[in-house]
Amino acid sequence: MTSHQLVGRLLKPLVFVAALTPFLWLAWRAVMGNLGANPIEAVTLVTGRWTLRLLLITLTVSPLRRLTGWQPVVRFRRMLGLFAFFYGSLHFTIYVAIDQFFGWSFILADIAKRPYITVGFAGFVSMMPLALTSTTGWIRRLGGRRWQRLHRLVYLSALFGVIHFLWKVKADTRDPLLYGAVLAGLLGFRAWRAVQSRMLAPSAG
Amino acid sequence: MLIGRAPGIRSSEITPERLYVNRREFIRAASGGAVGAVGLLAGVGEAGLAGSVPAAAQQPLSGVSASPLSTDEKLNSFEDITTYNNFYEFGTDKSDPARYAGSLTTRPWTVKVDGHVARPAEYDLDDLIKPHQLEERICRLRCVEAWSMVIPWVGVPLADVIGRMEPTGKAKFVEFTTLYRPTQMPGLLRPVLDWPYVEGLRLDEAMHPLTILAVGLYGKSLLNQNGAPIRLVVPWKYGFKSIKSIVRMRFVENAPPTAWAVANPREYGFYSNVNPDVDHPRWSQARERRIGEFFRRPTLMFNGYADQVASLYAGMDLKKNY
Repeated sequence: MTSHQLVGRLLKPLVFVAALTPFLWLAWRAVMGNLGANPIEAVTLVTGRWTLRLLLITLTVSPLRRLTGWQPVVRFRRMLGLFAFFYGSLHFTIYVAIDQFFGWSFILADIAKRPYITVGFAGFVSMMPLALTSTTGWIRRLGGRRWQRLHRLVYLSALFGVIHFLWKVKADTRDPLLYGAVLAGLLGFRAWRAVQSRMLAPSAG
Repeated sequence: MLIGRAPGIRSSEITPERLYVNRREFIRAASGGAVGAVGLLAGVGEAGLAGSVPAAAQQPLSGVSASPLSTDEKLNSFEDITTYNNFYEFGTDKSDPARYAGSLTTRPWTVKVDGHVARPAEYDLDDLIKPHQLEERICRLRCVEAWSMVIPWVGVPLADVIGRMEPTGKAKFVEFTTLYRPTQMPGLLRPVLDWPYVEGLRLDEAMHPLTILAVGLYGKSLLNQNGAPIRLVVPWKYGFKSIKSIVRMRFVENAPPTAWAVANPREYGFYSNVNPDVDHPRWSQARERRIGEFFRRPTLMFNGYADQVASLYAGMDLKKNY
């Protein structure tokens, strides 16, 4: 099996199943009534965490490629990003349709008045154009450079996600700060690379 | 014998010593036999939880009378009340207290009473509670996180206990302190709050008939995750005012620095009365989710106890004194 086949036929399906597992596990717990005393809160928290985790995992793809030199890893990126959007959509839908039961006046007031919800909503909205333009057709239509520029929005999505989490917790900031540290590392790596490449090729600036 | 609770009959009207089992737990226990019974005590959903709620820790309480101050709303299940807790001394996840509180030793237990009081002492738990009539008090608990429960506590009016201690004229507030024992309370190893946990009430709030010292739940002694062996219940205030596992009561002149107000003075005040019109800076307090219900319900002023307690705050600006 070539490396190309290995990724396409074995690793991608594996990663697909792995990324879907938190959802399947959550659905199973819901069916079995095993979500604890406050199931709505439980599904909201789990889907929110997985949105952020998958965003961070998506953002490790490029650094991993640079550090290992293993090019095929980039073929996982679209799928991982779409899974982040999948969990983000679930998170948002649960909030709108279940937690608030389409209480639009409450929802709009939340988005306008509650900074953690404002920033969370912004994070979700900023993922939409990325999911929409994730197809090969859109890459062609936009052109590689423009497409790439648009998809830098993902940095903002992740940043908004971390802030959303941080502003949500009451006192125990350990988890949001951990996610923030990982994000800082991933963005720091890119910044360092950018500075380096500019120093190596000053004429390009 | 296990008896399902018939709707419309207050549990306080039924023999206090009876084993309370709600329908869901009853069915599970009946169908699963011994395994089911262990399951209902241990809670479900968290694999690591099994066996962490020792049934032996619960002693039946006798001589419990019904209280006319109880609500007749539908009770939350024993399982909900004992697996969904905020007790940061055991961790900040709702499931942490049920998971980690089991090893806390609550006997012997003493409560230090000091400050402006005629009879300061180190009271043994029994000496503190035994002289008073235990009553079952079913009340609403409204958490600052916008969820609520209806809980059948067993306890004594705090006013009865305080009366025996004879606070002096200088005593204007009561400060309560939670046990600080890092070896048995893993949450204390991290500085989430300024330990030990401290709460406080104005003396007239403490003396109000709705304020109780609870030692039991569902007719039995408290489980550790609910604040064993003795905790405060102040039903018209947000849940964090109802301090758990109390080791000290101090009578003081000034409002004590309470744990959440110290941690975040902009978000938490000394009074922390349930108030749908005063939002937490980060979320609305206008509605709440009663645990076990799908739709949010409107939050009531003073958690529905306005008729009894509003007079305590006559003339006060409750937006400033949040």
